[in-house]
Amino acid sequence: MSEALPPAGAIETAALRSDRFRLEREADWQRLEAIVRKMEKGRLRKLTDEELLALPGLYRTVASSLSIARETSLDAATLAYLETLVQRAWFVVYGPRTSLWDWLRGFACGGWSAAVRAIGVDVAAAFAVMVAGTLAGWLLVAQDPEWYFALVSRDMAGARVPGATRAVLHGTLFGNDGQSGMSVFAAQLFSNNAQVSILAFALGFAFGVPSLLLLVQNLALLGAMLWLYHGVGLTLDFAGWIAVHGTTELFAILLSGAAGLHIGRALAFPGRQPVLRSAAAAGQRAAVVMTGVVLMLVVAALLEGFARQLVDTTLGRFAIGGFMLAFWCAYFFAFRGTRGWRERQGATRGRP
Amino acid sequence: MTRRERRRQRQAARRDAQSLQRTLVTPEGVTLTMAVASRGARFGALLLDLLFIVLLITVISVVLLFVAGGVASLERSITSGTPGGYALQFVMIVWIVIMFFFRNAYFLFFELGPRGATPGKRINGLRIAARDGGRLTAEMVIARNLLRDIELFLPIVLLASAGVESSAGWLAACGWFLIFMLFPLFNRDGLRAGDIIAGSWVLQAPRRKLAKALSLEEAAPVASGEKGRAAASGERTVRYQFTEEELAVYGEYELQALERVLRDTRAKAIEPVYQTIAQKIGRNDGWNDERAFLEAYYTQLRARLEAALRMGVRKADKHSEESR
Repeated sequence: MSEALPPAGAIETAALRSDRFRLEREADWQRLEAIVRKMEKGRLRKLTDEELLALPGLYRTVASSLSIARETSLDAATLAYLETLVQRAWFVVYGPRTSLWDWLRGFACGGWSAAVRAIGVDVAAAFAVMVAGTLAGWLLVAQDPEWYFALVSRDMAGARVPGATRAVLHGTLFGNDGQSGMSVFAAQLFSNNAQVSILAFALGFAFGVPSLLLLVQNLALLGAMLWLYHGVGLTLDFAGWIAVHGTTELFAILLSGAAGLHIGRALAFPGRQPVLRSAAAAGQRAAVVMTGVVLMLVVAALLEGFARQLVDTTLGRFAIGGFMLAFWCAYFFAFRGTRGWRERQGATRGRP
Repeated sequence: MTRRERRRQRQAARRDAQSLQRTLVTPEGVTLTMAVASRGARFGALLLDLLFIVLLITVISVVLLFVAGGVASLERSITSGTPGGYALQFVMIVWIVIMFFFRNAYFLFFELGPRGATPGKRINGLRIAARDGGRLTAEMVIARNLLRDIELFLPIVLLASAGVESSAGWLAACGWFLIFMLFPLFNRDGLRAGDIIAGSWVLQAPRRKLAKALSLEEAAPVASGEKGRAAASGERTVRYQFTEEELAVYGEYELQALERVLRDTRAKAIEPVYQTIAQKIGRNDGWNDERAFLEAYYTQLRARLEAALRMGVRKADKHSEESR
C-alpha cells in the first residue's frame, strides 16, 4: 500500500494541477485495481470483508475521478488508465452477483411461478394448440388409418399398430414391472425430452411458429395412439398409462412451447419498445420458465421410468398423475411466493 | 436538421459500426467506451471451449468405462439383475446425466462466475456483459446459453436422426449451422441469436497499467532535490523556460503525440521531434540535451493547455484556433 502513496511533499510541489489531482487520488485507484485484479483472477477467498465493502465506494470514487480527469487533464496515459480501470471495475461491480445457489433458492421460492404467470397468455395459447393437435391426430387417423404411420414411426409403434388385438395392446400397458434397466431408461428419457423441450423453446426465435408446429406434431402422435386404444376399448387404461408421467411431462412441454411462443411474440410484435429490448425482456422471463421445465422433466422421467412400471393398476396411475397435476397447478397459479421472496422482490423494485 | 447534418450523422454511425468501439452509460451516468469483441476472437474462444468440453467428456467417459470394466461385458451385465448389473446401471446414469450437463451447463457455470467468461473466452480476453449497462443477471446467462443449443448442437441431432447417409440431412444441417454461425456477421455488435434473446453482448476485457506521470519526473524534485539525478533534472527544468508565443503553436493533438514519443523507450524519435519543434519555435539551446528540452516543453505546454481547459477553452491541434 505504501508504495502507492506519493512521496511526502510531492503533491504540494507538483507543477501541474492535474498532476496534483492524480497524486491525491492515486492510492484509491491502486487499491481498486488490486481488488479488481483479485476478483478477475478468481481469488475471491483472498478478498477480505473490508475490501468487499470498499469496492462499490471505490468504484464510484474512481468513476468520478474519470469524469473530472476527462474535463481537466491532458495526460493521455492517466486518462487511458482510468478509463480501463473503471471498465474493469464496472465488469466486476455489475457482474453476476448472485451465486447459483442463491439464484436457485429465489427461483424455487417464487421466481419460477411468477415467471410462468407472466407468460400466462402464451401458456393458454400453447394449451389450445396442444388440444387442437390431439384432436387433429385423432381425426386424421379416424378418417384414414394410413395416417397412423405418418405420425408414429414404425420403430416407435412396435406392437401398437392399427388392427392389433385387445390382448396385445393391453400387454403394452401392463405387466412391465419385471423389466430391468429401468433407471437407465429413465435417464435416457430425461436427456431426450429435455432436448426436445429446449428445442421447442429455442425455435421460438423464428417468431414462435416452429414451436407451435413441434407441439402439434407431438400431440397429434398422442391423439393417434388414443384413437388406437379407443378402438379396442382401452381408452381409460391408456389415459392412466400416459397420466403417470404425462401430466408432468406434457405440462413441461406446454411450458416450453409457451416460452418459445412468448419470445416469438416479443420479436414479431414488440409494441412500443425497441425490438431488441422487447426480445431481451421476453428471453429473460422465458429462461426462468425453461430452467423449471428441465427440473419438471427430471421428475417426469423418474415417474416414467419407475412409477409407471411399478404401479400396474389404472387407478393407482391416475392417482399419481392427478396428484402431480394438482401440485403443479397449485404451485404455478396459487402459490405467490414465500414471504421472504416477496419482500426481497419489493425491495429490489423499490430501489432507484 | 439540414441534409448535410443528417448525412454527417449517418457517416458517423457507419464509422462507429466499422470500428469496434461502443459507448455505454453506466447506472452512475459515467460514459464508458467499450470495445465489442471481434468475431474472430469469439470464434476462437468457441473452438477452445468445444475442445475443452470434448477433452472433459473423453476423460470422464474413459474413467467411467474403466470403472465399468470394459465395453465387451457391458451389454451382457446391464440386463442381468446381479449387483454388478446395478452398479453398471448406475455408471450409465451418471454418464448420461454428465453428458447432458456438459452440453448445457458448461457455459452456464463459467459465465455465472464472477469473471463472466468461459475459459475459452478468458484466454481470448473476452467477457459478457449486459447491453443496457446494468447488472448481468443469471436469467441473461441462462437465456443466451439455452439458445446455444440450437445454434451449435441441433445440426448434429438433425444429422443423427436423418441418418449420416442422407444428403438432405447434411444439407439441412449445414444450412442451419451456417445461418446461425453467420448470424453475428449480419449485425453491427456481433450479437448471436442467444445474445439478442438475453440482452447481453460480448466485450473485450481491458487491462492497462498506470504509467508514470511524465510531468512529475522533473517537476517534483524542484523543491526537494533529494537525489543526484533528480537535482540535475531539476536544474534543467529551470533552464528551459518557454514563452507564451512559443507554447501557443501547438494543441492537444501534438501534446499527445509528444507524450507518446517521450514514453517510447527507444530514443530514436527524440532527435527528429526535437529538430521539428526547435525549428518551429525558433530555438536551438537544447542541443545535446534533447530529452530534457522536450520534457520541459511537454510540461509547460500541458500546463498551458490545461489552464485553458479549466476556463473552457480547447485547442484541438496546431491548425485550429482556440475555441470555447
